[in-house]
Amino acid sequence: MTAGQVAEQDRIGLKLSSALWRRPWARATILLTPPLAWFVLAYLVALVVLLITAFWQINPFTTNIERVWTVSNFTQILSSSAYRGVILRTAGMAAAVTIADAIVAFPFAYFMARIASRRARTALFVAILLPLWASYLAKVYSWLLIFTRGGVLDWTLSKVGLGQVHLIYTNWAVFTVFAYIWLPFMIIPIYAALERIPNSQLEASQDLGARTWLTMRRVVIPLALPGIGAGSIFTFSLTLGDYITPLLVGGTSANFMGNIIYTNIGIANNVPFAAAMAVVPIVIMAIYLLCARALGALEAV
Amino acid sequence: MTISRACLGSRRLTTGLALAGLALITAACGSSGGSGGSGSGSGGATAGQTVPTANMPVLQKIGKGEGKLNLIAWEGYLKPLWVKPFEQQTGCQVNAKYAGSSDEMVALMKNGGGGQYDMVSSSGDADLRILYAGDARPVNINLIPSWKNFFPAFQSPPFNTINGVHYGVSLQWGPNVLMYSKKAFPTAPTSWSVIYDSKYKGQVTVPDNAIQIADAALYLEKHKPSLGITDPYELTQPQFQAAVSLLAGQRPLIEKYWALASQEIFDFKNGNATVGAGWPYQVSALKADKFAIGNAIPTEGATGWADTWMLAAKAPDINCAYMWMRYISTPQIQAQQAVDYGETPDNMLACSYMDKIQAGSCEQYHANAPTSYFKSIALWKTPVATCDNGKPDCVPYSEWVTAWNTQVK
Amino acid sequence: MEPRSVRVALRIWVGIVLAFLFIPIVLIVLYAFNKSNIESWPISNFTLHWFSVAWQDAQVRAAFLLSARVALVAMALALILGSAVAYAVHQFKFFGREAISLLLVLPLALPGIITGIALNSLFAFTGIRLGTLTVIVGHTTFCIVVVFNNVVARLRRMSSSLTEASMDLGARGWQTMRLVTLPMLATALVSGALLAFALSFDEVIVTVFTAGAQNTLPLWIFGAIRLGQQLPEVNVIVTFVIALTIIPVVIAARIAGAGAITRSARNVPVTTSGAP
Repeated sequence: MTAGQVAEQDRIGLKLSSALWRRPWARATILLTPPLAWFVLAYLVALVVLLITAFWQINPFTTNIERVWTVSNFTQILSSSAYRGVILRTAGMAAAVTIADAIVAFPFAYFMARIASRRARTALFVAILLPLWASYLAKVYSWLLIFTRGGVLDWTLSKVGLGQVHLIYTNWAVFTVFAYIWLPFMIIPIYAALERIPNSQLEASQDLGARTWLTMRRVVIPLALPGIGAGSIFTFSLTLGDYITPLLVGGTSANFMGNIIYTNIGIANNVPFAAAMAVVPIVIMAIYLLCARALGALEAV
Repeated sequence: MTISRACLGSRRLTTGLALAGLALITAACGSSGGSGGSGSGSGGATAGQTVPTANMPVLQKIGKGEGKLNLIAWEGYLKPLWVKPFEQQTGCQVNAKYAGSSDEMVALMKNGGGGQYDMVSSSGDADLRILYAGDARPVNINLIPSWKNFFPAFQSPPFNTINGVHYGVSLQWGPNVLMYSKKAFPTAPTSWSVIYDSKYKGQVTVPDNAIQIADAALYLEKHKPSLGITDPYELTQPQFQAAVSLLAGQRPLIEKYWALASQEIFDFKNGNATVGAGWPYQVSALKADKFAIGNAIPTEGATGWADTWMLAAKAPDINCAYMWMRYISTPQIQAQQAVDYGETPDNMLACSYMDKIQAGSCEQYHANAPTSYFKSIALWKTPVATCDNGKPDCVPYSEWVTAWNTQVK
Repeated sequence: MEPRSVRVALRIWVGIVLAFLFIPIVLIVLYAFNKSNIESWPISNFTLHWFSVAWQDAQVRAAFLLSARVALVAMALALILGSAVAYAVHQFKFFGREAISLLLVLPLALPGIITGIALNSLFAFTGIRLGTLTVIVGHTTFCIVVVFNNVVARLRRMSSSLTEASMDLGARGWQTMRLVTLPMLATALVSGALLAFALSFDEVIVTVFTAGAQNTLPLWIFGAIRLGQQLPEVNVIVTFVIALTIIPVVIAARIAGAGAITRSARNVPVTTSGAP
């Protein structure tokens, strides 16, 4: 390439670059179009198709979808006490898991963010990330071994002299497994929020006479709230739609929304009903997101 | 201020976009009328219905294999023991997708197998649903020589042969047995009443499957003759309600309804369950692990299933599929699968091979099927609204599913 | 700053939580050596037999490779699309900005089963065959969100003075991006990419609804769990995956979580949690 050609390319490059600089909307469009196109086509449209399907029905014999408009799926869900119970049970479990995880995660994240040395912090980070790489299914199956009659838990209790507990196939087992699996997703955002708190703010609080607990209550926790909110979005929504843990570890009362949706798609092949049932977690999460936004949690997500 | 106006603007914009999109899609699909394949309305009788794929051409000659075969199967039907030799002989690599209930199989076979799956080992209660939805295609039975040696009852059974057109080849059949832990039951139980007895609270397990209502109906056939049940799959409303009530009453006895075969295996081994209904597969697995498991067909009889390897309407690997059908119906392989799983082969010649694998197995698994045994098993079939006697007051399967999910579980 | 008793209590708490996190992992590794293929406690016989079974199993190898391929593609797509939209949302003010931020939270805020059945309905509706591509589509969507969150969080903490200085010194937009912005974003990109890969590799629920006849590793594991006669082999595979990922995770933890960024953020004077 001659010097002239190089200079020519350079000039074109300069023209292009300054043209883009002067037109921020052009840069924004180039950056935004591919991801937004993806989202609209591969996600939003899918959601809309699903919601439309909720208003259709299936032929009871062949289970092919018949495009007859009806709200019977929704009335069936709302009028049946069994399904209402399922919805309440699922929301309750999601709330319980979220609260439990927040309580367990907060001291851990606090230690990691503010007390641990740099090496300890790295080690703890590895310790949280590593279980994420162990298969979810294998982890849930391990809990079966812990909770079963004569399992690890019973064995440990008998060695300590306490009697046997019966936890397998109960909602306590489902609760524990959920809290276990989602714990890293709660720790990481709280950690991120806590480590952003400048030392000077805590020192100022102390200078003003507040002792540890007051500082914690009035300064640390409010500043960590966005992180807790962000983590809670994960734990709440992950619990709301999960069907595998109740399927493996739950008993006869472990009928959650995820199970109803799954059996209606994968087994009863009643896609419209499953779609109608799926509207419920969408509505719940929409409300949850609005509340979280009001609390400022979405900035930390 | 700028920010709030921008927010309002964005909200209006997104709502507008969403509405526009909704309108577009509604217009697109509102116009196209009903879906394919069902002129029968709400679950009417199968008489008068036609199989949409009845006129599809059949393969005339098995050609070169496509190199792969995607099968939907019951757990335990695709053991490496007989799959590996097949793969080596034909070069068709088998991909297994396991399903635990007929409903799952019907769902997976939607849309002719979706162009994904080649065959499904469906039971009698799934076959007609698959057929009338147009998800299976006709099979040239002459390309499967072993078929001539099948028991007559299984050569052209009504669940896979319609008007002389075959849609698959019969495979094997077997009962849903009463399983019990020998430690908890030193004397073998002889009646299904043990799984309804509150003495065994927390120790009972049954399948998580709506077809289980038929098992309750079978029990009531003998224990409440006043209900007049003759066929556990054809129940009038009062008969149906009685069966559902029996199962609802059984619920406190059950700690877990098993949905995956391995759950029942795990529960028996770990003592979470000591008695229940299961498949011979679980029994074989526990026996192989040296667990003291017993199984029996009680005096009331049992429900059972007769399986077919059905060919998917949009099967991508037809040649490999035919090779599989030929392979799996030979007496040697029938014997292997029968002994391993614990079921009864459809090939009459399998008996001697079974005894070579395991002495006495031919007799044990009824491969020399006396008719009395055959009659004592109520094979799975799809409950439809029109009873066999022509009356329209039988409860259709969709109501079985609803009742199972809302009243029993 | 905290009294000693609180520090001790916190240490004990951390120890308990770590035990809680790792006991099931220890069990997984332990049961890879179980002779019986039906799991029960305690283990009566140990064997290495299942390691050779896993080694020779062509199905699990295919599943592992498929999972890795899907995760790589999803991660790559997510990196490009996620950082693009993160940069645009952070840098430019336009109407719809709020809506886009909310939209991008949805794939993680809505339960996975909804994404799964929505995609399944869409593919059935449009007649697209389920297969590797549909799995990648499903995974990329939530991977984009993960990358987006990481990059946006990092962009918010980055001061714009460096980029402005670079351009004052004559660098063009693209040069500034390449030589100044991207290096500063590197750690966020790495941690976002790693998290996206991990989530995609282990994803079950969306995959169940978007996969065709072929198995990713989690689908293979679910099939093995159904059968109940190959469980030690599952444990062998999972142990292998954990061992394989220890080193990348250590590296990632070093880069992303615990390094100099933390220090600098904590010593910023009391203004806002963002630009000075």
